[in-house]
Amino acid sequence: MEHDYDITLTVNGTKVSRRVPARQHLVDFLREDLELTGSHAGCEHGVCGACTVRVNGEIVRGCLMLAVQANGCRVDTIEGLSDSKELSKLQTAFHEHNALQCGFCTPGMLMAAQDLVLKNKKISREEIRTQLSGNFCRCTGYQAIVDAIEEVINGKG
Amino acid sequence: MKAPDFAYVKPATLAEAFGLLENPNAKILAGGQSLIPSLNMRLSSPELLVDITGLAGLSGISVQGNSIKIGALATHAQIEKSEDIRKHVPLLAQAVPHIAHAAIRNRGTIGGSLALADPAAEYPACAVALEAVFIIKNKTSERRVNAERFFKGLFDTDLKPGELLVAVEFPVATKSDRSVFLELTRRHGDYAIIGLAAHNSRFVFLGAGSTPVLIKGDSMEKAKAALSKSLNPSADLYNSSATKLHLAGVLLERAWNTITT
Repeated sequence: MEHDYDITLTVNGTKVSRRVPARQHLVDFLREDLELTGSHAGCEHGVCGACTVRVNGEIVRGCLMLAVQANGCRVDTIEGLSDSKELSKLQTAFHEHNALQCGFCTPGMLMAAQDLVLKNKKISREEIRTQLSGNFCRCTGYQAIVDAIEEVINGKG
Repeated sequence: MKAPDFAYVKPATLAEAFGLLENPNAKILAGGQSLIPSLNMRLSSPELLVDITGLAGLSGISVQGNSIKIGALATHAQIEKSEDIRKHVPLLAQAVPHIAHAAIRNRGTIGGSLALADPAAEYPACAVALEAVFIIKNKTSERRVNAERFFKGLFDTDLKPGELLVAVEFPVATKSDRSVFLELTRRHGDYAIIGLAAHNSRFVFLGAGSTPVLIKGDSMEKAKAALSKSLNPSADLYNSSATKLHLAGVLLERAWNTITT
C-alpha cells in the first residue's frame, strides 16, 4: 500500500494542494502532477543539476527533496522565472552565445546561473565554473555557457 | 530510479521524534542529500522516514565562551555564510565550499553528514582535527562524545538505536592556532581523491580509509613516517592505493608549509 499525504504549497505564485506518495520526489511532482515539465529529471541522485528549482528562494536539487517535504514551501521553477522575465537577460545571452544545443541541461543551468546573478557582484570565470560544477552539459563543452553568464554578470567585454 | 514505498512523519517535538524512532525500521531524514539518493537508487528501504527538520532548537550557530555550538540542522550554506564560523572555526569555513555544489549545500546539514560518517566527507575529518564534541540525545538523557571516539567504521558511528545527534561543539580558535583544509578532486564538488584537515600538529585525512585517519606529528619527518604506516587508502576507478598515498604525502607537505609559515 502506498503511503499518501496531503500537501499545500505555492508553485510559481499559485497555491496548489495535492495528495502525493511519500516516495515521490519534488521534480516528479512538478512534472507529472503539475505538468511543469521544464525542470528535467536526469540522474535522480543529485549529480547532474537538470532538476534545479528554487525552494523558499534558494536553489535545490528537485530530485533530492521529497514532494511531501515541500509542504508549506514556496517553489519557483523555470516556467515561473521565465514568465516573470526574471531570466530574460540570461536567456538572451544563452541564445546569442549559442550556449545550448540539445537543451536538456538548460533549465537547470539558468536556475543555477540566476543564483549567481542575484548575488549582484562581478565574478571571475573560475567562480562561474565552480558554481556550475553541479550542472552537467554534454553538448557545449561549457565555454559558451560561461561566456553567456559572464556577459550578464560582468557586462559586455 | 524511484524510491521504494515508505511512510513519512514530520514530528513537531523531540519527544514525538524519539517515540517514532522506537520503530527499528525508521530512518532519520535531515537534509536528505545522501539519504534521498540512496532511496532513489533503492540502496535503502526504511519503513518510515522521520523528518526532523521541523524540530525547534536543533539549528543555529552560537558562540558559548571557548566553544562554538552548531545545531545538527545547520545547513552547509548557513555554515559557509556564518561570520562566527569564519572567525572562530576557520578550518570549517575553508572546508565547506568543497562540499558538493551550491544547490546541495542549501539543504545538506552538518548533523546529517556527521551521523552518516561517510569517510570521504569533509566534516568528519574537520571534527577529528579540531577535537569537536558531539552532543547526543535519547528519550531520557544526553551524552557527549569526542569526535575521535564517534567514528567507529565505514558509515558506522557511536550512535545507538533511538539516539539523535543534536549539536556539535568546536573549540574557538586561539591566536596561535594554525589550520588548513586541502582536497584533491577531479572536478569541483566531486568526492575527494584524498583530502586533509590539518590543525596544529593534528593531520586528519579523508577518503583515506573507513574513517577519518588521524596522524599526529610535531615535525614533518615524523608525520610523513606515520603516513605510510597509518594510511592504506583503497583504490577507486581512477587512482590506485599507491597514487592516493603519494597524494596524501603531497597534501601533508603543503599543509605543513602553510601551517609553519
